[in-house]
Amino acid sequence: MATPLARFSRRTALLAPVLALGLAATACSAPGADDAPRTGGDATVSTELGSDPITLEMYAETGFPLAKALADEFTKQHPNVKFNIREDQFTVIVENAPRVMASDNSPDIIRLPTMVDLVKDDLLKNLDPYFTAYGWDKFPASQLVQLRVGDGGTTRGTGSLWGMGLGYSVTGVFYNKKLAEQVGMTQPPATIAEFEELLAKAKSAGVQPIMQFNKNTAGINFPHQALQNQFGDPAQVADWIFQKPGATFDTPAALKATQTIQKWAQAGYFPKDANALDYASMVGEFQKNNGLFMFNGDWESANLDKTMPGNVGFFLFPTESAGGKHVAMSAPNTFGIGAKAKNPDAAAYFLNWAHTNATAREIAVKIGGSSPGGPSDLPVPAAAPGTVLAETLKASQQLGEENGAVDFTANATGGIFAAAITPEMQKLIAGQQTPEGYVKAVQAEYAKELSR
Amino acid sequence: MTSALGSVPTGQGGTAPSPDRPTRPSPARAHRRRWARAGGTGWLFVLPAVLMYAVFVLRPLALTIQYSFYNWNGIGVARWAGLDNYLTVFTDSDLLKIIGNALVLIVFFSFVPVALGLLVASLVRRITTGVFGTVVRTVLFLPQVIPLVAAGIAWSWLLSSNGLVNQVLRAVGLGGVARAWLGDFDTALPAVGVIGAWVLLGLCTILLVTGMSKIDPALYEAARLDGAGPVREFFAVTLPSLRQEIGVCLTVTIIAALASFDIVYISTSGGPGLQTTVPGLEIYRLAFSQRQVGLASALAVVLMLLVVLCVLPIQRLTRGDKS
Repeated sequence: MATPLARFSRRTALLAPVLALGLAATACSAPGADDAPRTGGDATVSTELGSDPITLEMYAETGFPLAKALADEFTKQHPNVKFNIREDQFTVIVENAPRVMASDNSPDIIRLPTMVDLVKDDLLKNLDPYFTAYGWDKFPASQLVQLRVGDGGTTRGTGSLWGMGLGYSVTGVFYNKKLAEQVGMTQPPATIAEFEELLAKAKSAGVQPIMQFNKNTAGINFPHQALQNQFGDPAQVADWIFQKPGATFDTPAALKATQTIQKWAQAGYFPKDANALDYASMVGEFQKNNGLFMFNGDWESANLDKTMPGNVGFFLFPTESAGGKHVAMSAPNTFGIGAKAKNPDAAAYFLNWAHTNATAREIAVKIGGSSPGGPSDLPVPAAAPGTVLAETLKASQQLGEENGAVDFTANATGGIFAAAITPEMQKLIAGQQTPEGYVKAVQAEYAKELSR
Repeated sequence: MTSALGSVPTGQGGTAPSPDRPTRPSPARAHRRRWARAGGTGWLFVLPAVLMYAVFVLRPLALTIQYSFYNWNGIGVARWAGLDNYLTVFTDSDLLKIIGNALVLIVFFSFVPVALGLLVASLVRRITTGVFGTVVRTVLFLPQVIPLVAAGIAWSWLLSSNGLVNQVLRAVGLGGVARAWLGDFDTALPAVGVIGAWVLLGLCTILLVTGMSKIDPALYEAARLDGAGPVREFFAVTLPSLRQEIGVCLTVTIIAALASFDIVYISTSGGPGLQTTVPGLEIYRLAFSQRQVGLASALAVVLMLLVVLCVLPIQRLTRGDKS
């Protein structure tokens, strides 16, 4: 008679934890945040650093020594401010940023991936008050335009300021001077046609024309966007990256660029094993004199000057017709201040200092290899003559004068690079995707992400 | 709960004796027996493990199932999605291809190591003792000891365009076959499979050798007296006796194939295209890089069901035959 009861109690004993868990899981409503009130940009801020000892928490990128060098110099000048720096690979930061910034140990200064999602989730500090307090309106407006996001995380390129750059990078084409001589290149090409001639010459001379990686992330997106910028209105590209309503990737310019990439791949201008080559291997091969050209950014300048001194040159990607306007991917090395930062004023003081202090600007050039940005009336520190660093700095200034900077298409949305550009580009150069299919696939993923 | 369990006997042998009837030698002992019979002390011993299991396995499992019904980016406001995420998993051609890749990997991660393991095990069975036996076992088991990440890196060097594999091919005049094995659309998935087979071969071999050492030598003697050769011996004696070990091997390796992540992430990152992307990698990408926690959770639940679906029949088959 007692049996059913016994069985029951036993079963309850077994089921209790499971049931409790199930209830605990489902009793609480939807995961994630409630609709929290947004922190407006109207809070009062201070531009005084003060003398109280503080420690700034910084979350920076591995392999980007500039942030630490600037922090060290800042501590030297302001001994009451210490830095606690945590470093991760950039892709890891991209993945971790939202959770780290939502946690109670949110860093004060953080290297930022695309900002739109972070603004949407209210994780970033609005820098507009600092913009006014420090007079950042004296900076060229184009310098900070990529760091602006509309209210509630809508379009980029307008609205409030959410980040600053520790160095402003420019991209273009590095070339190996010895190999250039070998294929008869006396000066950088002035047009795309001339560039293609050089590619053909290199190929027939048995020199690898372009050394480019395409594993993990699509390095061939560099030449692709360089072409796309020239084949159409770069403003169209920028609109697409900034998620302006109605912008599309399915344009004649993008298609023509994709067709050109396909043509180059078929002609063997890219390494045969590009899909198995990662970024580090690409740089390694280029340093081993394997490859006439390499599409890359000025963050490699200092390194290349060290490993192949006097043997590297740099030029902005040529224009379609002679005398046209240069356009290049150029982006700030974005750093922002967390919404939960404990010392936001000191963090902003540091960001302003990095743009305006003479020593800091010199560090940006020497160690970061890129333009320090800041007000246009401050001189850009000079790099040693004859170095590729001097050439990239000059290119950066030239680009500024021609107003030809655009962001990377890879930054258009959080997932576009990993979910569409990389796999589709790998397919394209292996002959598994058509140019039309490529353009449509990238746009389809973009539309899918924006519809969420 | 204790008193409830203590006062109610489990009633295993018909009428259960009441606790205060003087048929028991000592009330204390009786109490203890009742406790034990009801599993009371057992539960106490199991409690720490149950707690860990509940916190680190059951709770995440329940949460994953819950998340799979929402559209959520991991931080912001979650929106109820119903079965939409599951619908996406079963209709998105990319996701279906990714699940297909995992099924292909079963051949390399599971069938190849078990088949090769059987062959190797029957060859080294006779030399299980002595220094040589130890060396053989160590060499075979080494891939299990090496972290998968290190194995992935080492193999991506071996299989690169100028790696050892291609050097050997060129040396023997097969330069035409040489290619970037992990970057080529046709060879990437098999190449990843080879790495997995290498890792899991040792585990299978050791399990099978251990199983073989338990087989009664008299069976082999009898087979030989009946005139069986080594091949017949293998099929008549070795294979049937190893049913359970093979079951364990298949279970472990199929799970490794379906839930693979480390090797793929390191050696190819899922490329070229989606050629080597597996569910484990895609779940991670969806959740952390694309911030679609809901869809990632739905894919995770589907993957779990797929594992259960593949493994349960094997468990049934190998266990049922023994009893």
